[in-house]
Amino acid sequence: MKLNRRAFLGTGAAAAAAIHAPAVLADGHDKPRVVVIGGGAGGATAARYIAKDSKGAVNVTLVEPSRVYFTCFFSNLYLGGFKELDDIGHTYGTLAAKYGINVVHDWAVDVDRDAKTVTLAGGAQLPYDKLILSPGIDFVDGAVEGWSVAAQNAMPHAYKAGSQSELLKAQIAAMPQGGTFAMVAPPNPFRCPPGPYERVSMVAHVLKNTNPTAKIIVADPKPKFSKMSLFQEGWANHYEGMIDWIGEDFGGANVSVDPDAMTLTIDGEETAVDVCNVIPAMKAGRIAEIAGVTDGNWAPVNGADMSTKADGDVYVLGDACQQGDMPKSGYSANSQAKVCANAVRGALTGSKVFPAKFSNTCWSLIGTDDGVKVGATYEATDEKIAKVDGFISQTGESGDLRKATFEESEGWYAGITSDMFG
Amino acid sequence: MRTASLALAMIWCSLASLGSAEAVGDAEAGKKLFAKCKGCHEIGAGAKDRIGPHLNGVYGRNAAAHEGFSYSKSMQRAGADGLVWTERTLDAYIEKPRTLVSKTRMSFRGMKDATERANLLAYLRTHSDNPSDVPEAEPTAHATDHDIDPVILALKGDPDYGEYLSSECLTCHQSDGSAEGIPSITLWPEEDFVIAMHAYKRKLRPHPVMQMMAGRLSDEEIAALAAYFKDLQ
Repeated sequence: MKLNRRAFLGTGAAAAAAIHAPAVLADGHDKPRVVVIGGGAGGATAARYIAKDSKGAVNVTLVEPSRVYFTCFFSNLYLGGFKELDDIGHTYGTLAAKYGINVVHDWAVDVDRDAKTVTLAGGAQLPYDKLILSPGIDFVDGAVEGWSVAAQNAMPHAYKAGSQSELLKAQIAAMPQGGTFAMVAPPNPFRCPPGPYERVSMVAHVLKNTNPTAKIIVADPKPKFSKMSLFQEGWANHYEGMIDWIGEDFGGANVSVDPDAMTLTIDGEETAVDVCNVIPAMKAGRIAEIAGVTDGNWAPVNGADMSTKADGDVYVLGDACQQGDMPKSGYSANSQAKVCANAVRGALTGSKVFPAKFSNTCWSLIGTDDGVKVGATYEATDEKIAKVDGFISQTGESGDLRKATFEESEGWYAGITSDMFG
Repeated sequence: MRTASLALAMIWCSLASLGSAEAVGDAEAGKKLFAKCKGCHEIGAGAKDRIGPHLNGVYGRNAAAHEGFSYSKSMQRAGADGLVWTERTLDAYIEKPRTLVSKTRMSFRGMKDATERANLLAYLRTHSDNPSDVPEAEPTAHATDHDIDPVILALKGDPDYGEYLSSECLTCHQSDGSAEGIPSITLWPEEDFVIAMHAYKRKLRPHPVMQMMAGRLSDEEIAALAAYFKDLQ
């Protein structure tokens, strides 16, 4: 098992903390083994909680190809100029050094559920007693006519943060005066329900300052979307006349693109565009399908512990799972990870398992100091994870409240990222 | 000569304005403003440490120097670096706490109005200039007004259960107590924690996320969380 040197050296304080964490050096072959695939809000949180709470009694391996992980949440704020790319980048040094997690930067390419092993692209095999998959999303082939991953340079999705976000931001900056930014929004269910609309807000915020005669077209296959009245109120207040949202009723589902010609065709009408942000239909990250725990596009799970319906020793967290009422969000994945960590640790070490409780809150930024939120609590029933109670920001709220909501979202970002990465 | 007297006059003017900035504080008005502080701080005769340290004798004290109170690492560092509470440093801290002490646990957004700050500081000063006067000061400003059933307050929480439940809190509230847009809940006295959570549960405190979170916690679960967070390091 390699302990990644770069990640290890990346955190000075973490290196010092390692002195107090003998688990880093422990061989651990006689301990129960958990392999976690995917180091985002679900996987990093699950790995950290199992390692932290079991105090070295469980051998935890985290497989994540990225050495620097850019969170999808707040990547729209990077597009809007409210955050730098560095602000949303995180490394795994503390998870390795302080919590004794074996962080492996590689791709998982196969899962053998009979032999209970994971095969990495580098050829290594990792045996597991419990396997946690938190692979996020991949895109459904052919979901948007004319678009494929091969065209993502001409028409970025920017729905996995990092280089795609940088590309989209650069394209927006290079738009000609009075040019057109187009978005093809995804059908339900998809990662971060308010995400496309927060993104539209952030793009409008940039264009209002740099390119005020520019236009934004959104082709949407849905009749309505998350926080719709809040976004539409904000768009009218901040960006009047700039954003044209074309929903299902006006042919928003009947869309094709031509990445070579840079055109978007909505319901038979072709438009030349300068930037085209195509966010295709989504499915569970590919490794979930390879592991054979998906049914259709997603992996059905039991709400009580996040184990899959297909295999009680394989768990799926976050965007990739199909659980019921929770939205696909980083907050949800983090919440599910804690329930899963508690159950996995209990199964492996006999520690007390407490009943599942879930929650979610999604903050969105519409303009400067104009933040809104929606949230709910959830419980596990026999059929699914079911909503218990919820709330949403109201239209017409005061500027002070909206500013406080935005500041709260920044506090949440600091909180959840320290909860994920230590 | 004429130039010199003009210069002198200017110096005098600026001194006068400096002097008035310190003298303008109205301690009576400041006492009312202290309502913003007393959720966490007590002051006056018999004041005790609560969520924050009591504020008797704060003037002239080194930051993080009040014995028996667990300060944030950030505040301890500021103290070690030589931060002393004076009119000027207190004014800057109250204006925007995180500007002076970046990861302070003091969850206060700040007081923008310079006159209000001067009034508040004038009030604090009446409990500081001469600590021996404190017993004769105005009655203690107590932190908590509540009508929580004593049976609920007396519940003994299970910190292990609290640790599990706390994972839900720590999505937003940082375990090290940093308050960046979301308040610190680390190292709160159990009673304050229980009172605050029940106030959310009963929707007396106005915050939709917290009302929702607290709304489904039982009395025992709130006690368990309080028992866990009181010692979290």
